[in-house]
Amino acid sequence: MLSRNPDNYVRETKLDLQRVPRNYDPTLHPFEVPREYVRALNATKLERVFAKPFLASLDGHRDGVNCLAKHPKSLATVLSGACDGEVRIWNQTKQKCIRAIQAYEGFVRGMCTPFCGTSFFTAGDDKTVKQWKMDAPAYGEEEEPLHTILGKTVYTGIDHHWKEAVFATCGQQVDIWDEQRTSPICSMTWGFDSISSVKFNPIERFLLGSCASDRNIVLYDMRQSTPLKTVILDMRTNTISFIFTAANEDYNLYTFDMRALDTPVMVHMDHVSAVFDVDYPPTGKEFVSASFDKSIRIFPVDKSRSREVYHTNRMQHVICVKWTSDSKYIMCGSDEMNIRLWKANVSENLGVLTSREKSAKDYNQKLKEKFRHHPHIKRIARHRHLPKSIYSQIQEQRIMKEARRRKEIHCLKHSKPGSVPIVSEKKKHVVAVVK
Amino acid sequence: MERAPKPGRDVPPKKDKPQAKRKKPRRYWEEDTAPTTARASPGPPRNKKRNQELRPQRPKTTHNLKKSRISKKPQVPKKLRKRKNPEPQRSLSGAQDPFPGPAPVPVEVVQKFCRIDKSKKLPHSKSKTRNRLQVAEAEEKETSVKAALSELLLAEEPGFLEGEDGEDTAKILQADIVEAVDIASAAKHFDLNLRQFGPYRLNYSRTGRHLAFGGRRGHVAALDWVTKRLMCEINVMEAVRDIRFLHSEPLLAVAQNRWLHIYDNQGIELHCIRRCDRVTRLEFLPFHFLLATASETGFLTYLDVSVGKIVAALNARAGRLDVMTQNPYNAVIHLGHSNGTVSLWSPAMKEPLAKILCHRGGVRAVAVDSTGTYMATSGLDHQLKIFDLRGTFQPMSARTLPQGAGHLAFSQRGLLVAGMGDVVNIWAGQGKAGPPSLAQPYLTHRLSGPVHGLQFCPFEDVLGVGHSGGITSMLVPGAAEPNFDGLESNPYRSRKQRQEWEVKALLEKVPAELICLDPRALAEVDVISLEQEKKERIERLGYDPEAKTPFQPKPKQKGRSSTASRVKRKRKVMDEEHRDKVRQSLEQQQQHKQKKAKPSGAWPSALDRFVR
Repeated sequence: MLSRNPDNYVRETKLDLQRVPRNYDPTLHPFEVPREYVRALNATKLERVFAKPFLASLDGHRDGVNCLAKHPKSLATVLSGACDGEVRIWNQTKQKCIRAIQAYEGFVRGMCTPFCGTSFFTAGDDKTVKQWKMDAPAYGEEEEPLHTILGKTVYTGIDHHWKEAVFATCGQQVDIWDEQRTSPICSMTWGFDSISSVKFNPIERFLLGSCASDRNIVLYDMRQSTPLKTVILDMRTNTISFIFTAANEDYNLYTFDMRALDTPVMVHMDHVSAVFDVDYPPTGKEFVSASFDKSIRIFPVDKSRSREVYHTNRMQHVICVKWTSDSKYIMCGSDEMNIRLWKANVSENLGVLTSREKSAKDYNQKLKEKFRHHPHIKRIARHRHLPKSIYSQIQEQRIMKEARRRKEIHCLKHSKPGSVPIVSEKKKHVVAVVK
Repeated sequence: MERAPKPGRDVPPKKDKPQAKRKKPRRYWEEDTAPTTARASPGPPRNKKRNQELRPQRPKTTHNLKKSRISKKPQVPKKLRKRKNPEPQRSLSGAQDPFPGPAPVPVEVVQKFCRIDKSKKLPHSKSKTRNRLQVAEAEEKETSVKAALSELLLAEEPGFLEGEDGEDTAKILQADIVEAVDIASAAKHFDLNLRQFGPYRLNYSRTGRHLAFGGRRGHVAALDWVTKRLMCEINVMEAVRDIRFLHSEPLLAVAQNRWLHIYDNQGIELHCIRRCDRVTRLEFLPFHFLLATASETGFLTYLDVSVGKIVAALNARAGRLDVMTQNPYNAVIHLGHSNGTVSLWSPAMKEPLAKILCHRGGVRAVAVDSTGTYMATSGLDHQLKIFDLRGTFQPMSARTLPQGAGHLAFSQRGLLVAGMGDVVNIWAGQGKAGPPSLAQPYLTHRLSGPVHGLQFCPFEDVLGVGHSGGITSMLVPGAAEPNFDGLESNPYRSRKQRQEWEVKALLEKVPAELICLDPRALAEVDVISLEQEKKERIERLGYDPEAKTPFQPKPKQKGRSSTASRVKRKRKVMDEEHRDKVRQSLEQQQQHKQKKAKPSGAWPSALDRFVR
């Protein structure tokens, strides 16, 4: 005969926690799946309710922000260069400008910080590369660069090696410099076109890539001091970022495997205007892209559609974007002189979580993952409010794409079988690979 | 400097100095050499002792009667644990693990927690999907083993009643049981003498703590039956057909002669629902917050009690409805009709999900067990039948009762009770999973009037019977689930806990549209629409984008890439593929033949000759 002692089930004093005996027998928990589904639905709805990604706007520049750089040692410090030649250093936690330097007369074309974090390099319109100290000058000292390298051509981009005191610039050719010298170690060219960006590979550290206005992306090996191979796309690539994604003018981003350039691993398409910048967080699972359509988007590396789109009323064409080194925040610099700070996960709760909050968050995350394909949940999770301009452009482009595809299908159907090749979307945009 | 002896070393370091004569002080890291018999056999005896220690100490309730005994010891002796490697392993400190290796888990317990049906395979799944499924299966196995291990922490064990040397337990009287059990349990047996207000219907709340009953002549009362504290007692001055607690004890739905009323635990009328009129039976679906009402007018109405809206009103087209029960596994409502059928209803469908012809005469009572596997029905043909609800709704066992059962109910552990006139019979099966065997009753009891309502109390070994003489609370050892889940339904919950639970439960209210025969269908892949989509896509594109590209031989060097050799290689692969196809189709044909060869059923029927 079942006889329970109530003392085993009721707390002794008011100060104790309530006793909760558990029994995980599935017959005592009926409707497990429908209840989990409802929980997942609620979690998805709450995620959309709390989706407030915008954190702060840093204003102070007197012209459009042209480049951004992360500090390698301090998470809070950000550097930005504007179109009027001003370089500013910001403290993100205080959301204040620490220091402002009038570095150039014209554009600040590129900026990079070496791994030591004591100085930074800027490249400008006046054919110079300047090295600056990270700390502010002492009282009475003048604000002037540590070194100035005078080049022969205009430099349009600069990037620093991840482990060695070497940096690379690009302009008409890709130059690799030692920090201590005033002349490049080597210069590499491929054709005669202006190169818009150069980036070092963080893993294969001797490799670097560049993209030029003649539509090609070139990979170089620093040790051989020669270009390795190049891939020519449909349209010009604006920037590349390692682990190798190219931001293209044809509104798409292409993720490549460096070993096989003839087919991109993934074509990311959601932007409705040229993509200007792309950056990876340290996790390497996602990346953020900035576009001329006044929005930034976050793409998973293995998905062709974006997971998130950020926009505000006041944000204009976004020129540069960076994902912070703790992979929690995103910064973007745009035409209308502001740097904006966003959360990387829209509904993330900033600040310290208690263990119960954390476990509830994890549980909800798992549920959302489990039921993400259900149409009702999918619709809620995917819904984003878009500004009218982007929305209408998406509709327009959908119609255009549909028409193109319809024509393709008709061609295929009404021609001799095998005479019209079926070209996949991935292969469509690659013109040639040259080694 | 003397070093501590190494743990693995058996021989103590030699000492030839006079100190050696002195008895060496024993260190805890050294091995105990003298009485090691206990350690030498780390098998069952020690284990047994441990098992005994593990059991929580309870006041002794076992009194040996002359003939029978009622005790809390488990029916089946716990399996002695077997160890895979009996050789004890040495740890760094020299202490040895008496229970090396992972803890043993019985397979059938693990099986209980398994949720993935491995027999179902996805058609044409890609290797990526298959890998993901494999990972999910491995994870599920691990979690189910862990859940099975946590069964060890359950504090209570189910009660049982055992006759001494083959004695029939049905002959044991309630008075004997009451005499044998402890005082607290004996207090659960009581009779309420309420002859004045006629036959009673009764309902226990979901936690099993509260009891509500309503008499035919308008007497409605609710009480905490454990402490016998009366919550309210009113007379509604109208016939009471049925009574039901809503999701928690403060709300009470009463089907009165005219309309459906909702009262709170003070006896104050909160709502009068005029859209549900002439209601005969009530059922509450706790996870959907739906109150299902069956009426004389033949309508089955679902009322959402959280928002107060009628979700669905279904016309059963079968005349007066007065036999209703719910399937607690999938929230499907079973209605019994006068033409001998039982129909299964969900609010999402205008038509019944299924109709089962159960009896020659009308159906008098229906009950479904807590796992949703068995349905018991009784009809005017004096039959009591048990159906399997899993597959084709076939009767499993049947029995003719002298009077026929007017009321049926299942307990949490699968006991079946039938009320026949003023007698109550209880049948038990083998454990929780099996159906009750109708051969021999487990308990019987005679009441002071004909039975009008029956329900087993959840989480207590108690059966509540409402009859024309009042209410009787019977003791039925082994009826209830001994270990409740505190977050699901806690009989000992405080007011604050109940309020918290209420909020949580409302947040995860399952929509009424999700009621269907298989509640796990939501977690399965919708293969049909997937195939349909694929077909549509192929039609739209004009080609199959996922089709396997035909084999193209790779160009080889050193003159081996001649056209002839390439064609040869190509032919080889094509032939191999063709052979595979033929093999598969042959296998399918054979399987088909085997299926046809065996007609179902043990007895050959005269109609078998027409089976092709």
